Amino acid sequence: MPADTVAVSGWGRTAPTNALVIRPRTYEEAVTAVRGCGVRGGIPRGLGRAYGDAAQNAGGTVLDMTGLDRIHAIDADSGIVLCDAGVSLHRLIEVLLPLGWFVPVTPGTRHVTVGGAIGADIHGRNHHVAGSFSRHVLSLELLTADGEIHTVGRDTPLFDATTGGMGLTGVILTATIQLQPVETSLVTVDTERARDLDDAMARLAAADDHYRYSVAWIDLLARGAATGRAVLTRGDHAPLEALRKGTRARREPLAFRPARLPAPPAFLPDGLLSHRGVSWFNEFWYRKAPRARTGELQKLATFFHPLDGVPHWNRIYGRGGLVQYQFAVGHGQEETLRRVVRRVSEHRCPSFLAVLKRFGDADPGWLSFPVPGWTLALDIPAALPGLGAFLDALDQDVATAGGRVCLAKDARLRPELLAAMYPRVDEFRALRAEVDPRGVFVSDLARRLSL
Amino acid sequence: MKDAFGIPQSLLVLGGTSEIALATARRLIARRTRTVWLAGRPSPALEQSAAELRALGADVHTVAFDALDPESHETVLGKVFAEGDIDMVLLAFGILGDQARDEREPLNAVRVAQTNYTGAVSAALVAAGALQSQGHGSLVVLSSVAGERARRANFIYGSSKAGLDTFAQGLGDALHGTGVHVMVVRPGFVRSKMTADLEEAPLATTPEAVATAIELGLRRRSETVWVPGALRLLMSALRHTPRGLLRRLPV
Repeated sequence: MPADTVAVSGWGRTAPTNALVIRPRTYEEAVTAVRGCGVRGGIPRGLGRAYGDAAQNAGGTVLDMTGLDRIHAIDADSGIVLCDAGVSLHRLIEVLLPLGWFVPVTPGTRHVTVGGAIGADIHGRNHHVAGSFSRHVLSLELLTADGEIHTVGRDTPLFDATTGGMGLTGVILTATIQLQPVETSLVTVDTERARDLDDAMARLAAADDHYRYSVAWIDLLARGAATGRAVLTRGDHAPLEALRKGTRARREPLAFRPARLPAPPAFLPDGLLSHRGVSWFNEFWYRKAPRARTGELQKLATFFHPLDGVPHWNRIYGRGGLVQYQFAVGHGQEETLRRVVRRVSEHRCPSFLAVLKRFGDADPGWLSFPVPGWTLALDIPAALPGLGAFLDALDQDVATAGGRVCLAKDARLRPELLAAMYPRVDEFRALRAEVDPRGVFVSDLARRLSL
Repeated sequence: MKDAFGIPQSLLVLGGTSEIALATARRLIARRTRTVWLAGRPSPALEQSAAELRALGADVHTVAFDALDPESHETVLGKVFAEGDIDMVLLAFGILGDQARDEREPLNAVRVAQTNYTGAVSAALVAAGALQSQGHGSLVVLSSVAGERARRANFIYGSSKAGLDTFAQGLGDALHGTGVHVMVVRPGFVRSKMTADLEEAPLATTPEAVATAIELGLRRRSETVWVPGALRLLMSALRHTPRGLLRRLPV
């Protein structure tokens, strides 16, 4: 099977390390690869959209699972699909949308694999109603360290350790997923502006039940009275009758046609995202949004995956790469959220991607990120001076409030804070010691945080 | 592992009593570094350095290491790497010698060359091999502006650093693409116990400033770092100064 020693990094392109990348094309090859992992172990990897070092393994093996990408069975009546872990959500949407089914949960990009979606227990804009990805996984097949393949059902310790387990319990080979029915490939979107953070939070909190999908983009460079001003976009899948008769959309209601722009060049200097440039962009983005507009029809790709239109958009952060800081705090900890927003705004982080969402009920994954409450995610150039110490201070604040940072995004958390953020990490370690006594599955993230 | 900003969690210092190395270790401990290995000749000074870093909250070990005994390097360093990943190796040992005496006593000059160059070649190659099998890590080599151009006042020391500098640059090229990052640090005159008896040169700097520059270099994954940065320009000018003129300059 194809194998090559190359530098591997996450989507943030910070801290690359070298690994032997093996691309199995059959389950047998995957078993052989796992059995053949040397002393530095192995870790499965999908499309590399985790920002940090979750899918890299310095000096060891990385199993590129994208070669295992078959869709085995679709039950078009009940909306259940059985597919390989290497299938991307993009592919699933392409195949299933014409049948009237959509993926139950999607993050800001379609270019993640099913295996990655389960390993990181990803969430989307519908978390307050639909939970995270694992809630819709009926069962999965896991290749464990001993080279055996197990069928793992819901409500088992192995299932709860694997969903959100960052690939450290084994290699997911297939998954059975319950899909979401849709009548059209469009979304009816309501857009409104919020003048500051409190306004945005109040509006989000007031309408949890009204919208399936709900998100707020926040201008973190706005200061003073406008601190935390936001643009809210919320919506739901458009019913067939929302499409005007006689239009192309009505004739092909389930067509999937994502747009795609050219990628930025491979080498861009650091510092393109200056504070002033981002500040102007934010001003423009805020003003561009309508004060209030309802019922606008948007394509799925436009609404869910705006950045997928620009391949390799992470290059605009230059050689230094980017850090995504995403944290969650529970209900009642709104003051912590306000304080973080204020501090980010005072620190003048040139962040043009800052997203605020509400989380609904948590799922049982031991290291699953969402907790009922609020989550804020922001992209920051890693080259920003003093960023490390600044984010450490935010971590402290978040941990004190009982909150946590997202492991799929992390590339820098202080290991001492992990247990406070993820109280079930000891159970996770114990289960790993049981199913993988030789420590075959290991990643840079696992080494860094002693997972 | 290193974090997104290139800060190591574990550090191996070769030359464990070097003031620049200790300033760097203090700075890194304040960020992420939790495990430090101080390698050097066993001495009260080495133990005291360890105690000082321990007081900052790091897990510090000392290990007997002699730059002048290259035969032992593989064994000594091998033991350290066997204990766990080393995210950064700081090659900081070196002696200044006494130019006037070393010119009169060639064996002393040889000792400078053997410590600063031969010993470093051996230790750096051993460390580089271990880092390469880890697939990650930084090798930071303390060179000197003295290696950039021969000067009457310190050419024995300067030539040893020139050799080390060229070696480290080449090693960096050899390791390109292996996940191992080699960074050459060229400080100017550093106020320390090593230079206490010398007259201060222009653009003099401190161990703390060198430590700051190293931290920045790690974040940027720099290949060369000058401390202070203005020396890059100055040395570029000096490098192209004709020898006849340079001899008459008060440098």
